[in-house]
Amino acid sequence: MSSIELLTNKEYKYGFVTDIESDVIPKGLSEDTIRLIVEKKNEPDWMLEFRLKAYRHWLKMQEPKHWPNITYPEINYQDVIYYSAPKQKATKASLDEVDPELLRTFEKLGIPLSEQKQLAGVAVDAVFDSVSVATTYKEKLKKHGVIFCSFTEAIREYPELVKQYLGSVVPTNDNYFAALNSAVFSDGSFCFIPKGVRCPMELSTYFRINNAESGQFERTLIIAEEGAYVSYLEGCTAPKFDRNQLHAAVVELVALDDAEIKYSTVQNWYAGDETGKGGIYNFVTKRGACRGRNSKISWTQVETGSAITWKYPSCILQGDNSIGEFYSVALTNHAQQADTGTKMIHIGRNTRSTIISKGISAGKSNNSYRGLVKVLAGAAGARNYTQCDSLLIGSKCGANTFPYIEVMNNTARVEHEATTSRISEDQLFYLMQRGISQEDAVSLIINGFCKDVFRELPMEFAVEAQRLLGMKLEGSVG
Amino acid sequence: MTQAIKEENEYAAAFRALQETAERVAPAWVARLREQALARFEQVGFPTTSEEDWKYTNVAPIARASFAPTFDKTSDDLTPDALAAYTYAEAAQSRLVFVNGSYRAELSDLRELPAGAVIRNLADALTSEHEAILRAYLARAASIDESTDGFTALNTAFINDGAFVYLPKGAQLSAPLHLLFLANETNEQTAIFPRVLIVAESESAATIIESYEATDESVYFTNAVVEVFVGANARVTHYKVQRESDAAFHIATTQVELERDAHYDLTTITLGARLSRHGIHVKMAHAGASCAVDGLYLVGTGQHADTHSLIDHIAPHCTSRQLYKGILDGKSRAVFNGKVFVRRDAQQTDAQQTNKNLLLSTDARVDTKPQLEIFADDVKCAHGATVGQLEEEELFYLLSRGLHTELARNLLTYGFAEELVEKLKIESIKAQLDEAILNRLHARLEV
Repeated sequence: MSSIELLTNKEYKYGFVTDIESDVIPKGLSEDTIRLIVEKKNEPDWMLEFRLKAYRHWLKMQEPKHWPNITYPEINYQDVIYYSAPKQKATKASLDEVDPELLRTFEKLGIPLSEQKQLAGVAVDAVFDSVSVATTYKEKLKKHGVIFCSFTEAIREYPELVKQYLGSVVPTNDNYFAALNSAVFSDGSFCFIPKGVRCPMELSTYFRINNAESGQFERTLIIAEEGAYVSYLEGCTAPKFDRNQLHAAVVELVALDDAEIKYSTVQNWYAGDETGKGGIYNFVTKRGACRGRNSKISWTQVETGSAITWKYPSCILQGDNSIGEFYSVALTNHAQQADTGTKMIHIGRNTRSTIISKGISAGKSNNSYRGLVKVLAGAAGARNYTQCDSLLIGSKCGANTFPYIEVMNNTARVEHEATTSRISEDQLFYLMQRGISQEDAVSLIINGFCKDVFRELPMEFAVEAQRLLGMKLEGSVG
Repeated sequence: MTQAIKEENEYAAAFRALQETAERVAPAWVARLREQALARFEQVGFPTTSEEDWKYTNVAPIARASFAPTFDKTSDDLTPDALAAYTYAEAAQSRLVFVNGSYRAELSDLRELPAGAVIRNLADALTSEHEAILRAYLARAASIDESTDGFTALNTAFINDGAFVYLPKGAQLSAPLHLLFLANETNEQTAIFPRVLIVAESESAATIIESYEATDESVYFTNAVVEVFVGANARVTHYKVQRESDAAFHIATTQVELERDAHYDLTTITLGARLSRHGIHVKMAHAGASCAVDGLYLVGTGQHADTHSLIDHIAPHCTSRQLYKGILDGKSRAVFNGKVFVRRDAQQTDAQQTNKNLLLSTDARVDTKPQLEIFADDVKCAHGATVGQLEEEELFYLLSRGLHTELARNLLTYGFAEELVEKLKIESIKAQLDEAILNRLHARLEV
């Protein structure tokens, strides 16, 4: 009999609800809803057109229910609140004007918004339900020419930049959830790193869903001009509710010549309880375009939350010599389902991509890696290395690997390797006979299993991720 | 899905002709099975690329063409001697020959048959004392139900001539059995529906070569279904050699069921056809079974070769190995879609799958999709896939030894295939494959 026996999850500690007065629009989705959002946010006409175009595409599209390895009851898109914003003063010149209740909420989540208390060197944009409530270090970043602000502000202040890049990586008709997001997205983060600038600090956005009936539809757009560099972090939590909530985000990254974008995510949305009741449906489209020569986009993700994760951060390697990377740890426990992976589209010459994916399934969960490596005819000298490892803990979970490899150029080299195994009794025995408790031994082995990914994370995030895995898998001895 | 609408009339007409002529001889259950199969085909039609399993292979040319099955025993002047190019010395006296799908007794030779073993034309067996065995096994592994694809349904609708191999408990075939499916004097409407049923009862052993050959380079459509049952402790070694005409369409399905501790070994060699697809499905529902499913596809300009494997680990303690290698030259395309499915109870599964592809030209294209779906935790599963070209360094080494570039390239290509060629236990097939690879070499040297 297996000596590794998981007990229960530690309580999801981010599951509290903030009692705050909100400005909420009625449930339901129609062109009127979109007009209402535009009105609320006081957006220009071109945004309304963008949204309506997306909405009309969405009406004609089919929900992708057949190919992903996930099952869920029908989503009633008319039963979702598409805009929910905490009531606050119209403009917030400084953090002092932000509702103290909100500041306390983020404080409690470990994201202090007052700059003096912050971890030095990380600028934060905090998004609460549908709107961004605060962005820190804006002034300091501005001195370097870096624009980091909420999406609403970007549309107001930098319409030309937004117009030029919005929808250029993920078109409005890209897929069902991207179209939905394009129609109703309410806020998000916007970053622009001008030519030759190395962003002096790490930028981060913290997403929080608070309203039980609202969905969150945020949009992130990051542009790194020639030679620019930015490291961007993203974190997410939500309260515990019995009903499922929808989260459909779109992230677009653009890297021009010699630019580098490093995008890290620690996703810890509420995953539902042991029986699979409640939790977030996380349907996210993330895509980066390496437009310029020698550009690089690197995705690192630690996916531990959400009832359902449907997410494929991708790189379009258009510029010659551009590099795409994907490092992922996806952990599922209880009744969670994850269908996640990446797409690497090699278009330019000598483009390179690396995919390292580590899946851990426990409980009754189902964890799938689905990835596409596509080498187009012009991508001479393209190189890909893919490694997908899965670890199964317990006999009721599932681990699947679905790699798609399409090669149209004979100078390309593509390698794919995958393994599935469980924690070996030998490894456990070795650690335990050295006096390490079984729980610590399991934790050590899992951390070792994920090390290739963790070392890609910025330091604070790596610590957080390790802690999170330990907590999620808090298990014990039989 | 609706591509069949136009064509179903042609198939339906041929179907009625078959049911009427054969009604007197075929038992009622066979007629019913054919009816069900035709109904299923009319329901699903030919698959389209919008279906995940057919994403990379477009069978529209088959659906568009007006193929129609014929059941006339053609009066060609083929003699056993004329078949020399298509036969194997090892199986000189154990051979069943089918020309355009029809059984030809005068070309077949079954002198080397151990006592108890039954090897005969399927259509004849249906009305013989073996009917009960056929009834128990025919269309069991390749059954007609809600998941049957259009091709298997179509083949089943036209079950008539074919190979029936029955090995009772403990029977051992001393020589390999050769099932030769030859296309001869075909026209653009010829559709051939080979059907093979192999039942190897416990502790029996057999080596079976299933080959597809053509006498000329014409257009025709082969739609084959092979069912294999390997009983407890039995051992079946199976070779499938596909050398259809370069203009032909070849769609084949191999469905295998393994009993306790059974062993099944399949090697598929794909050289011919304009469009070929081989679906292989091994079901391991009893503990201790093992299988090795290997293949080599060697395609050139204008060819499309697709391999779909599904190894279904249902019971614990089963082992599977897959090694597929592809060599692509000219404007060719290959597809590999391999799935290892480990079900909840299949603990102690050991499964490996490897797909390696060598692209020799800039126009060749490979789509590979090795998949693992695992629901048991105490398993060892691994898969790997590579796509690459010849190593510059290896090429340089050979050139530095004074070898001609083309010769060096072909030597390295041969080296790539050798891992599989070496595993072949039948010398004639090995020689045939050597020649197929070396022919390329001659063709290139002459340029």
